[in-house]
Amino acid sequence: MTAAQVTDRSTRAAVALRGARLSYGDRVLWDGLDLDVAPGEFVAVLGPNGSGKTSLIRVLLGLQPLSGGTVRVAGGNRRIGYIPQQRALDSSLALRGRDLVGFGLDGHGWGVGWRHRRERRARVDEALASVGATQYADEPVGLLSGGEQQRLRVAQALVGDPEVLLCDEPLLSLDLHHQRVVSDLIDARRRAADTAVLFVTHEINPILPLVDRVLYLVEGRFRIGTPAEVMTSRTLTELYRTNVEVVRVRDQIHVVGAQHVCEDEPHHVADEG
Amino acid sequence: MENFLDVGQTLDLLRYVQPMLIAGAVLGLVAGLLGPLVVTRKMAFAVHGTSELAFTGGAAALLVGIGVGYGALAGSVLAALLLGLLSRRDSDRDSVIGAILAFGLGLGVLFLALYKGRAANKFGLLTGQVVSVGSTDLWLLIGSSVAVLAVLAFIYRPLHFASVDAAVATARGVPVRTLSVVFAVLVGVATALSVQLVGALLVLSLMITPAAAAVRVTASPVRATVLAVVFAEVSVLGGMVLSLAPGMPVSAFVTAVSFLIYLVCRLMSGKRERVQ
Repeated sequence: MTAAQVTDRSTRAAVALRGARLSYGDRVLWDGLDLDVAPGEFVAVLGPNGSGKTSLIRVLLGLQPLSGGTVRVAGGNRRIGYIPQQRALDSSLALRGRDLVGFGLDGHGWGVGWRHRRERRARVDEALASVGATQYADEPVGLLSGGEQQRLRVAQALVGDPEVLLCDEPLLSLDLHHQRVVSDLIDARRRAADTAVLFVTHEINPILPLVDRVLYLVEGRFRIGTPAEVMTSRTLTELYRTNVEVVRVRDQIHVVGAQHVCEDEPHHVADEG
Repeated sequence: MENFLDVGQTLDLLRYVQPMLIAGAVLGLVAGLLGPLVVTRKMAFAVHGTSELAFTGGAAALLVGIGVGYGALAGSVLAALLLGLLSRRDSDRDSVIGAILAFGLGLGVLFLALYKGRAANKFGLLTGQVVSVGSTDLWLLIGSSVAVLAVLAFIYRPLHFASVDAAVATARGVPVRTLSVVFAVLVGVATALSVQLVGALLVLSLMITPAAAAVRVTASPVRATVLAVVFAEVSVLGGMVLSLAPGMPVSAFVTAVSFLIYLVCRLMSGKRERVQ
């Protein structure tokens, strides 16, 4: 991507980072990061553990201040749909699937929320149906499987009509069929409503056909571009500073290289504290 | 023991204890509404800690000769603020509560040792006694309860969101931290009010047990709240009425009734889980 294209995008960008720097003490996660995500654009964020992928999401949510540079998210937090990294819900929780989804609609509003109950119910039902969760909508969330909970999370993020969708490993713990269901839902949403999508993942293949651009982070270095530009042996070798081979098998991309190129291993929030 | 179920005597006494029953009904409502949120937020220990500090405040009030109710209120609100501000992380909440609770309890014991008045007052602070719910106390109680419920109604939805799903709530712009301090203060006020009725040691039987029972039998937040209110009312009013004829401490009966309800709910939920 050339500088001219970047400026062009920034005029109506849903997410705009300028010279963004994030560091903890001496450790710089990334620096000089310029990123504009246009409405309707699907950006995958890739990189090994501890490269600051989840931290980037936290910055966009306003939970983590930048060490330098600026960040802007269209519409503010109320227009953000957020699918957090999977964490099992307490099995004794007095909460049903439909309650969890309902939070995404108006959980931030003051008051008890008894007005517009019928309209609210209809929208929640619709969101539940869209992820195929109608069947277990009234079950206690804590008794559901990880995959079932994750589909509720997706419905929760989409029901609020977001302008920006931030997804942190949303496909983790889903089987292949539901990986497809969830990524298709997110794709349909951004096409229908021009929602910008930032999708943190350790595994690009399930979403490869959907991805417009990739942000690849490695130890403070990064590269932004289309998958064809970034997912090459040369680029990744430069990023990792060790010999990395990118192999394309049919429609899939496989990264073969040093051990810390952990493409097949999920990362955890704790690692990136 | 033969007057345990003396209906005539109980009816006779009811007239005298009407203010106490009103106080109990109001407390049952407040405790029942707060309870499910307290349980969801895993604050049982915080409630216990707060009630011990209400005891300290009450003991201090006894010593300097002002209303115990005001002392208890001051003590527990201070405790709630301390807990809310000192325990920024969930992980150190337990130890912060433990440290404050121990110190507060020691202080309370010191105040009681220095107090030269009636011994019954000392015991009452810990185990509860409602001989003297005067009309001023009653109005303080009703006024505080209305204030607690008004604030709760205003913050209910974002508070509930933050209680079950803090990460997403924060992402959506809910002031999670502020809400948790405000809620701690609400719990503090409710705790202080309950202390006068069931005593510092047994506040849990009003604030926790009914809600813990309710969430065993339903996953719907609304139904859980309604059930918690019903359970709290049955415990507090039932316990009071049962305590009249034998002339025993109210708290013994309130805790017994609420625990019985809890046991029944546990048994029911045990069956439900096995069926699934």
